[in-house]
Amino acid sequence: MTITDRPVDNGVNVQALLGAREALSGAPEHAQFTWRAECTWRNGTHSRSTVTSFSGLGAEQQHRTSYEFDVDHPECFASEDNGATPVEYVLVGLAGCLTAGIASVAQLRGIQLRSVTATIEGEMDILGILGADPGTRNGFEGVTVRFTIDADGSRADLEALIAQSQKRSAVFDIVANPTNVLVELA
Amino acid sequence: MTRITAVIIGAGHAGLAMSRRLTERSIDHVVLERGEVANSWRTERWPSLRLLTPNWQMRLPGLGYAGDNPDGFMPVADVVATLTRYACLVGAPVRTGMTVQAVRADSRGFEIRASGDVIRARAVVLATGACGLPAIPRIADAVPARMTTVTPLSYREAGQLPDGGVLVVGASATGVQLADEIRQSGRPVTIAVGEHVRLPRSYRGRDIFWWLEATGLLAERYDEVDDLTRARHLPSPQLAGNPQVAITDLSRLAARGVRIVGRLGNITAGVAQFSGSLPNTCSLADLKMNRFLRRADDWATAAGIDGELPPPHRLAATRVDPRSPLELDLNGREIATVLWATGFRPDHSWIHIPGARNRLGHLDHHGGVVTGAPGLYVLGLPVLRTRASTYIHGAAADTEAIAGDLHRFLGRQRQ
Repeated sequence: MTITDRPVDNGVNVQALLGAREALSGAPEHAQFTWRAECTWRNGTHSRSTVTSFSGLGAEQQHRTSYEFDVDHPECFASEDNGATPVEYVLVGLAGCLTAGIASVAQLRGIQLRSVTATIEGEMDILGILGADPGTRNGFEGVTVRFTIDADGSRADLEALIAQSQKRSAVFDIVANPTNVLVELA
Repeated sequence: MTRITAVIIGAGHAGLAMSRRLTERSIDHVVLERGEVANSWRTERWPSLRLLTPNWQMRLPGLGYAGDNPDGFMPVADVVATLTRYACLVGAPVRTGMTVQAVRADSRGFEIRASGDVIRARAVVLATGACGLPAIPRIADAVPARMTTVTPLSYREAGQLPDGGVLVVGASATGVQLADEIRQSGRPVTIAVGEHVRLPRSYRGRDIFWWLEATGLLAERYDEVDDLTRARHLPSPQLAGNPQVAITDLSRLAARGVRIVGRLGNITAGVAQFSGSLPNTCSLADLKMNRFLRRADDWATAAGIDGELPPPHRLAATRVDPRSPLELDLNGREIATVLWATGFRPDHSWIHIPGARNRLGHLDHHGGVVTGAPGLYVLGLPVLRTRASTYIHGAAADTEAIAGDLHRFLGRQRQ
């Protein structure tokens, strides 16, 4: 066992998270969040989405700044490739969510991280979206995430870390489980 | 109208043990029982069920296991016989056939209405158990109406089910046992698996409950466990009361021809959708099991008994098909029955005491002492006071502590 004086610091304020869990358990209405994005069509398959505000903790909240995301399709789809494809944003979301979870759980468990990288792949048979094969779904056939982690922890510790990050991940849940989706004309 | 100091509702193991504790303290009381002693064991358990805990662990105040098979597991009929004997042994003042309709409280104490009688008492102990009602998720409403739905309370044997496939929802002890039993009847079985607890029946030559007790895990107090809400809602371990079967886990079910799918997420237009999180759900269960086995090994080393035991080992990781089906059409002929092995919840609907419930409608209690209703106590719930509270033998310590509190409560009232 290595004993160091330096406290584990993954840059995650675990006390704040634990405090929020405690506080929100007593005020569940403040735990109701709404996340939102605004999307504007540019041209062709290109659109630009903006993320600025969300609601939660009983009030409207603002990001520090507004974030823009160009969404398009690659040239081999006869598009202009002005940005990542929508499905790649899903992968980005999943990777970001799991990685945030790994940092938080590691902090909570006293595991110092030095580097965390992930390769994330979604397999898709595009006969689905082309409507060429009714038996093929539009979405991913499967998603694989492979983490490489350099940290002060055994392999078993790191396996437990990635298992727990999946368990507490919003995007993992969104991708892995059915969600009611309503799309309507304003 | 009857007046009495204390009323215990329910003559199962917890209610009877509590009766013994009150008798020890000369507190006059009555045990109200809607049916016969051990009623839910008589009427709400399938006959092939055996206790998960070994016979030697069947310990209640004033009763130890005295049979010739301490390492066996009691079938339901033996549990009924044991509790019936125990009721006589402790001289419990049981009034059978008394169904409680309502418990109310006012400044003078409690009023209990039961089968035409009105009883006034200064203290009430709820011992009706944790499994009064099946906890069925709301999506059950979306199951096509032509299908047969069964709960563990209504299941008796595979023969009662129509021919055709069975979807077992939930992979607790109940889920895996019934999936296995129904599969043996020849019916195709699919089991939907959410968070679950995997444990081997025995480890290094000792039953797993020996380890759970020896390592001190079962003695962990409710106010010491990391996450009490989680601990109280943990599914029962995938075990069966059968020393011949090394493990009753998903790998065994798969080898016996049961199809394993992820947690049931939704039913849309009669199509059941399962979560893609199955591999992680299994990883979490394997990790948790291995953490406990490591704790067991560490404990054995510290206790200096490694020499008496076979060497440590680990079980193979659960292997599930990473491409397990995500959908199952309930409209077709393939599946005829849905069995909700999704847990239980206590039935406290007849307690009409403002302040006894939290905003979710559950009784709020600290180790069985109901907050917001002085003089009201509850027994026999998972991790009520310790992790052992979930099991029969936990009632020994729980009733001792609660009887002590009840006694002090009566003393304070007199002042």
